[in-house]
Amino acid sequence: MELLLQIINGLSIGSIYALVSLGYTMVYGIAKLINFAHGDIIMIGAYTSLMMIPVFAKYNLPLWLTVVPAIILCVILGVLIERICYRPLRNSPRIANLITAIGVSLLLQNVVMKIFGPDFKSYPKLFDFPPLVIGRVRLGINVIITILLTVILTILLQLFMQKTKYGKAMLATSENYEASKLVGINIDSTIMLTFAIGSGLAAVASILYVSSYPQVQPQMGSMLGIKAFVAAVLGGIGIIPGAVLGGFILGIAETLTRAYISSQLADAIVFGILILVLLVKPTGILGKDLKEKV
Amino acid sequence: MNKTKKISYITTIVIVLILYFILIGLMQAGVISRFAKGILVIIAINIILAVSLNVTVGCLGQITLGHAGFMSVGAYSAALFTKSGIIPGIPGYLIGILVGGAVAGLVGIIVGVPALRLKGDYLAIITLAFGEIIRVLIEYFDFTGGAQGLIGIPRYQNFTIIFFVTVLSVAAMFSIMTSRHGRAVLAIREDEIASDAAGIDTTFYKTFAFTISAIFAGVAGALYAHHMGVLGAKQFDYNYSIAILVMVVLGGMGSFTGATLSAVVLTILPEALRGFNDYRMILYSLILIIMMLFRPIGLLGRKEFEITKIIDKLIKKPGDNAI
Amino acid sequence: MKKFRVLWLIVAAILLITACGGGGEKTTAPDDKKTEDAGKSGDTIKVGGLAPLTGDVAIYGVTATNGVKLAFEEINANGGILGKQVEYVVYDEKGDPTEAVTAYNRLVDEGIVALIGDVTSKPTLAVAEVAKNDGIPMITPTGTQKNITEGKENVFRTCYIDPFQGVILAKLAQKDLNAKTVAIISNTSDDYSQGVKNTFVEEAKKLGLEVVADEFYTVDDTDFKSQLTKMVALKPDVLVISDYYKYVALISAQAKEVGLESKLIGPDGWDGVLETLDKSNMDAVQDALFTNHFSVKDTAEKVKNFVDAYKAKYNESPSAFAALGYDTAYVLKQAMESAGSVDKKAVVDAIKAIEFEGVTGKFKYDEENNPIKAVTVMKIDNGEYVFYSVEE
Repeated sequence: MELLLQIINGLSIGSIYALVSLGYTMVYGIAKLINFAHGDIIMIGAYTSLMMIPVFAKYNLPLWLTVVPAIILCVILGVLIERICYRPLRNSPRIANLITAIGVSLLLQNVVMKIFGPDFKSYPKLFDFPPLVIGRVRLGINVIITILLTVILTILLQLFMQKTKYGKAMLATSENYEASKLVGINIDSTIMLTFAIGSGLAAVASILYVSSYPQVQPQMGSMLGIKAFVAAVLGGIGIIPGAVLGGFILGIAETLTRAYISSQLADAIVFGILILVLLVKPTGILGKDLKEKV
Repeated sequence: MNKTKKISYITTIVIVLILYFILIGLMQAGVISRFAKGILVIIAINIILAVSLNVTVGCLGQITLGHAGFMSVGAYSAALFTKSGIIPGIPGYLIGILVGGAVAGLVGIIVGVPALRLKGDYLAIITLAFGEIIRVLIEYFDFTGGAQGLIGIPRYQNFTIIFFVTVLSVAAMFSIMTSRHGRAVLAIREDEIASDAAGIDTTFYKTFAFTISAIFAGVAGALYAHHMGVLGAKQFDYNYSIAILVMVVLGGMGSFTGATLSAVVLTILPEALRGFNDYRMILYSLILIIMMLFRPIGLLGRKEFEITKIIDKLIKKPGDNAI
Repeated sequence: MKKFRVLWLIVAAILLITACGGGGEKTTAPDDKKTEDAGKSGDTIKVGGLAPLTGDVAIYGVTATNGVKLAFEEINANGGILGKQVEYVVYDEKGDPTEAVTAYNRLVDEGIVALIGDVTSKPTLAVAEVAKNDGIPMITPTGTQKNITEGKENVFRTCYIDPFQGVILAKLAQKDLNAKTVAIISNTSDDYSQGVKNTFVEEAKKLGLEVVADEFYTVDDTDFKSQLTKMVALKPDVLVISDYYKYVALISAQAKEVGLESKLIGPDGWDGVLETLDKSNMDAVQDALFTNHFSVKDTAEKVKNFVDAYKAKYNESPSAFAALGYDTAYVLKQAMESAGSVDKKAVVDAIKAIEFEGVTGKFKYDEENNPIKAVTVMKIDNGEYVFYSVEE
C-alpha cells in the first residue's frame, strides 16, 4: 500500500519533470541547444501567475486561470530569447550557445531577484478541494490534476507533431537541418514555434508546480530545470515520448530512493543513475544510436 | 630566435622577482593594507582557477560546470592532510598543496575517463551532476565535518608561497599547453574526428587536459582552505563554477593571459564598487550574453598579451616615423 | 621561448593589481549604508558590523542589522558610550564566507574596536577563526553553530546554541505533548538544521522516547511527500521540522496533504512561518510549538518599548533576529562601560563577566562564551503566535 502511494508521489513530481523536459527535448532536438534558461521560464510563469492573482480574485475568477497570462508571457519571452540571443548564434560553435544559455538563465534569475527581492513568496492554494480518499489511499487533488494534465498534453503534442504541417516541419528539421531547408521548410519560424510551444508548456508546468509547492523564488527554476534536463537525457534527448518517460522514471526513482534507500543520499544516487545510464547507453533509453558523419 | 629566447627567459624571471620584492616591500612598509593583502590572495586563487578552467574550456573546447567541485576536493583533501599533522608547519603546508592537487587530479581521471566518451553537452551535464554528488557526499561523511563544515585548518598567510605557487601553476599549465601534447589537445578542439583520423589518441588527450585542469583547481582549493581556515561544502556550488567560467569567457577562451587578467579584474571590481553589488550578477549575465553575441572568442580571443611585442611596437613605430 | 611569455603576462597582471591596490585603499570610504565622516576614533567609538544585506539570506542580515542600528541610535541619543558617540559601520558579505573575511579585514583596517556579527553560521565561523588571532571583541547576534565560540576567548554570541534547542524540544515533546514516539526531518546541507537534529535525537533517546523516523532532504528540495508518506504508517506522536520557515511552510502543508496527524514542533527558525504561509494553508501549522528568543506579545516594559520603537522606525514587527541584534548592541555598551575603556582585552573580560538583561531575556556567559538563558516557547493558534511557556 505504501509502495503504491510512493509511486503516485513519484508520478506527481515526475509529471512536472516531464512537462519541463518536453521543452528541453524539443529545443534540443531541433536547435541542438541545451536551453539552460528553460527552468527560469518556469520561474517567470510562476511569478506572473502570482502577480495576476489579486486581479483574478477581484473578478472572482478561479485562480488557476492565471495560467493564461502566464502562458502568454512565457511564450512571448521564449520567442524573444530565441530571436535575440540564440538565432544570431545558430552557426556558432556549441560552446558559444551553451554559454549564452547560461547567461540568459542567470539574467532572468537576477532581474527577478532585483525586482521581487531574493526571499521567497508564498502562493495561495490553487485547487481548494478535499483530497480524494479511496480506502486508505489519500490523493491530493493537485496530484490527480498534475498527472492527468501531463498525459493529456503529451498526447496532444504527439498528435500535433505527427498530424499537422507544422509538427511535421519540426520533425523534419530535427532529422536533418540542411535537407529540410532544401525542401522549403522555413527554419526560422519552425524554431520559433518550438520555443513558443516549449515555453507554453513550461508555463503550465509552473502552475502545476506551485499548486503542489506553494512558494515562488528567483532560483526555483534552476534545480527543477537541471532535474528535468536529466529526465530528457535519460529518456533520450530529442524524443518526445522519451522526455515523458524520463520524467516519470526520474520522479519515481527519486521518490523510491528517498523512501527506501536513503533520503540523505537521494540526490547523489539520482545523479549517479544518470551517469550510469549515459555510460551504458549515451543516447538515453529511447535514443537511437547514430554514428557521427565526417 | 635563440637569443630572444634567452633574453625573454632572463627578463621574465627578473621581472617576476622584482614584482615580488616590490609587493613584499610594500607589505612590510604597511602600504598594502590587510584588506588589500587579503584581496591579493583571493586574486591569486582566482587566477589559478580561471587559468585551469581555461585548459578545459579554452584549449580542449569542452564545457565543464563542476570546476568548483574539483576545487572542493582539493580543498578538503589538503585541509585534512595538514590537519592530521603528519608533517607540521610550512613543509606540511606545501605537501598539503600537492596532496590537494593530486587528489583532485585523481578524481578528475575518475570522472573524466567515462564522461569524456560523451559529447560536449553531455559532459556539461555530467560534470554538473558530479559537482552535486561531491557536495552531497561531503555533507554526508563525518570526517569532512558534515554540514557543520571543517574547522581548525591551520592557517598560512604566507604571501611568498601563494605568490610562487600561482606563478608556477600558471607557467606549468602554459608550458604544457604549448608543448607537443598541448598541441594535440588544441587539435581536438578544432576537429575531433579529423584529429582522431590523424592518429591522435583523442580519449587520452581529452582526459589529459581534463585532469590537468582538475589538478590545478585542487591546488587553488588547497590555497583557499589554508587561507580561510574553515570550509563548507555549500560554498563550492554551481554558482561558483559559473563565476569561474565567466572569468574564462570574458578574458578569451584559450588565452592564458586573458584568463589571468579577467580573474584580476573580476576580483577587484566588486570590492572597488561595493554599491554596485546588487547589479553584479545582472552585469555578469549580460557580459556572458553580449560577449557571445558580438565577440564569442572573448576580449583577447586566443591571443596572448605580450609585453615584448608591445615594447617592440613602441620602439619600432617612432623609429619608422623618423625615417 | 613561448612558454615564458606567460610569465610576462603574470607580471603585467600583478603590476595591475598593485596599481589597483592603491585604489583599494582609497575605496575604504564606508559603503552606502550609514555613518557620517566622523573623523578618527578620537571622538567616536567605531563598531564594525558584518551581515548579508543582499543575496538569498539577506532577510536575516537586514533584520539583525536593523535591530543593532535601532539600539545604537538610542544609545547615541542618550549620550553614547563612555561619553562618546558610536559609529556603526556595516559591510555586506552576501552570506559568503570569503567575502565576510575580506570585509572583516577592511573593518580592522578602518580601526574598529569591536565587531557585531556575522549573522549566519558559516561566515561567522570563518570570521571568528581570523578574529581569534586579533583578540578583538566579537559578538555574533545570531550565529548558533556550536563551534563558533569554542576555544576562542574573544568570540561571543547573544543567541543560544543549536544543541540547546534540541534538548528543549525533546523535553517539550515528552512533557507537554505526552509523546511516546517522535519523528524528525532535517536538511542535510544546513549546519543549523543538523545541529538541532543531532541533539534532539540524542536527548529524545535519553528521555525514553522512540525515534521512529529520522529523515533528510537537501537544500533545493521542495517535495517531501515520500519522507512524509513513510511517516504516516509509523504514526509518530510528534514531528520535529528542524529548519527555517521556508521549509517549514512547505513541509507542514505537505504533511497535512498526505494525512500525517503528528503534532508539529520546531526550533527558532520557525519564526516567520505565519508571514510566509498563505491564509489558505494556515491550518497546516495550527497548534504547533516552537522555541524562540522572545515574544512580540511580551508585556515586560523593556520588550514593549523595543517592539514599539522598532515598529515606529521600520514599520514592521521585529523578528527574533532584530531582537538579538538589538540586545547585542546593548551587551557591548554595558561591557565597555564596565571596562571603562574600549581596550580590546578589557572589553573581552567585561563581556565574559557580564550579567545582562535584555529583550531576549536575562543571561551571563558560560566558559564556552555561550549565553546561559531561558527559551521562550511559542504556540501557533488561528494564524497567530501566542506565548506558550518559558523553559530553563
